[in-house]
Amino acid sequence: MDEILKVEGLKTSFMTSSGEVQAVRGVSFGVRKGEILGIVGESGSGKSVTSMTILRLLADTARIKEGTIRFEGQDLTKVSEKEMRAIRGQKIAMIFQDPMSSLNPLVPVGKQVAEIMKIHHPEMKPEQLKQRTLELFEQVRIPEAAKRLRSYPHEFSGGMRQRVMIAMALANRPDLLIADEPTTALDVTIQDQILKQLRSLQREYGTSIIFITHDLGVVAELCDRVVVMYGGLIMEEAPIEEIFANPLHPYTMGLLASIPGVHKDKSERLQSIAGSPPDMTSPPAGCPFAPRCPYARNICAAECPPYVQAGGHRAMCWLLQPDAPAEQNPLYGKLAAAEKEVQ
Amino acid sequence: MAKFILKRLGMMLIAMFMIILLTFVIMHSVPGSPFTNTKGVPEEVIAAMEAKYGLDQPYYVQFFSYLGGVLQGDFGPSYRYTGQTVNDFIAAGAPVSARLGLVTVVFVLAAAIPMGILAALKNGKWQDMLLMALATIGVTIPSFVIASLLIYVFSYMLNWLPTFGLDSWQGYILPVIALGGYSVSYIARLMRSSLLEVMGQDYIRTARAKGLTEFAVVAKHALRNALIPVVTVLGPTIAGLLTGSFVIERIFAIPGLGFYFVNSVSQRDYTTIMGMTIFYAAFLMAMVLLVDIFYCLIDPRIKFENN
Repeated sequence: MDEILKVEGLKTSFMTSSGEVQAVRGVSFGVRKGEILGIVGESGSGKSVTSMTILRLLADTARIKEGTIRFEGQDLTKVSEKEMRAIRGQKIAMIFQDPMSSLNPLVPVGKQVAEIMKIHHPEMKPEQLKQRTLELFEQVRIPEAAKRLRSYPHEFSGGMRQRVMIAMALANRPDLLIADEPTTALDVTIQDQILKQLRSLQREYGTSIIFITHDLGVVAELCDRVVVMYGGLIMEEAPIEEIFANPLHPYTMGLLASIPGVHKDKSERLQSIAGSPPDMTSPPAGCPFAPRCPYARNICAAECPPYVQAGGHRAMCWLLQPDAPAEQNPLYGKLAAAEKEVQ
Repeated sequence: MAKFILKRLGMMLIAMFMIILLTFVIMHSVPGSPFTNTKGVPEEVIAAMEAKYGLDQPYYVQFFSYLGGVLQGDFGPSYRYTGQTVNDFIAAGAPVSARLGLVTVVFVLAAAIPMGILAALKNGKWQDMLLMALATIGVTIPSFVIASLLIYVFSYMLNWLPTFGLDSWQGYILPVIALGGYSVSYIARLMRSSLLEVMGQDYIRTARAKGLTEFAVVAKHALRNALIPVVTVLGPTIAGLLTGSFVIERIFAIPGLGFYFVNSVSQRDYTTIMGMTIFYAAFLMAMVLLVDIFYCLIDPRIKFENN
């Protein structure tokens, strides 16, 4: 299958006064043409850093230590800053988490959207820019679009601002859109509208999307495939149906169990995964989830397990190894089942 | 907009009245009359002089007659210099102070804003360290120390620049540096911290993600946002610089407003002290109003009605 983006063995660190923070510690995944890939994980799992590394938008203290990011025959870790600028906003666009603060408060929204086209298409005339901006505003369903071009961000609600951000991101019809928790800061009803809109625009434009979130419910609604990250590593990667039907990692199982549901007994407390994520200045030698894993064994903390794969589904857990014992092992035989599914 | 300005003008009038009242009360609560220091003058002469200037009248009569004069732009006669009015002093001193002040304002803006920008963009590097070390010195050392130091080095040791007066363009150099040193340092620090804060904002990341060059990110998106806090302090700073400095004008023997003010204080020239205080206050308020209007022009989030 066509992969427009291929990340391989990516390691990104931040050089801070308290030492090297290893935010991303060897991550590989691909994004196919026209698909929506979800990256799920809690705060500090490395999901945002991974996405920011792709566009090289990280702070000066960040270093890409290892790995390659293949995009249209180029390695984005190696291209010059000038070449990178030609890609940003044109071939790869980004939507950020907080629409309240992601727009310049002093510039009319129409002008901010027009700017992204002007940078990459200096031949466009002011009239054309205005016309195209208006079209985009209508596409993202901003009511009374023509009037709103000259409004300022503070005159918009959060949902409307995120629509402006989407219009901006899609303005140059990018091949890849990176959406970093675009709905987290919004009301649930607005969130739903935005997701539907993103989905329909994605179909229309044929854009691939990397959708970063901590919300598995959103992933279920939107994504084709999902990557689960923890402690700077990919714990599991699977097509969307697989991850819900047949999770192959205790962390994924924990995440699924902690989704609040209306069907659940009200007297039941909301489930959570006990403990907190590892300190990335000195990441654990073994599986980063081992300290919080209810099924952890001695080997888990000592050594990182290799990936096992069944078709498009892969995971890293000692419980999946062929010599893992059957007792106290929720994953026993699951891999075989997954393999059977593939055949 | 017109409504906002009218409202502010109304508020300024009330504030002006309070200032006039306060200066009047404070002046008159000082024991003795302006003529008590004059040695060897018979009682009758003092009484006659007090009668001449209306000082024998009840306070409220004096106040209202003074207020009436101020409303017509007349600050009254000087008690010290016969035949001269406070208006004469202001007319003589204000242009001198304003000329020096204007040069200083240009110097402050031209030096402080680029310094702050450079320091912010080179955050943590040697340029930043050097500029901020200079700015810290500028903020902490009093202007008269700087002035004396400048005179010692450039006039006395090197003999490059005159020690006093504004007769040539060289004469401006030392007073401008001494007068503007604090403002340069203060505004450079403010500009630096403001720009640093703005550069960390999400919309700067958005601008970068659009594919803008770093120069365009700073010039088109960061600077205007970073200037907002600087504009706030600019009003009072400019008012202060234009109306002159007591200390600097004294040291460099510049016949500006500050020079007259210090003289009038030491000579108990009541009307001059009051007139100059009121003049300074009115000027300051006008500058603050100007800044507020300018504020609304650069920041669309501020609405006139909300003020």
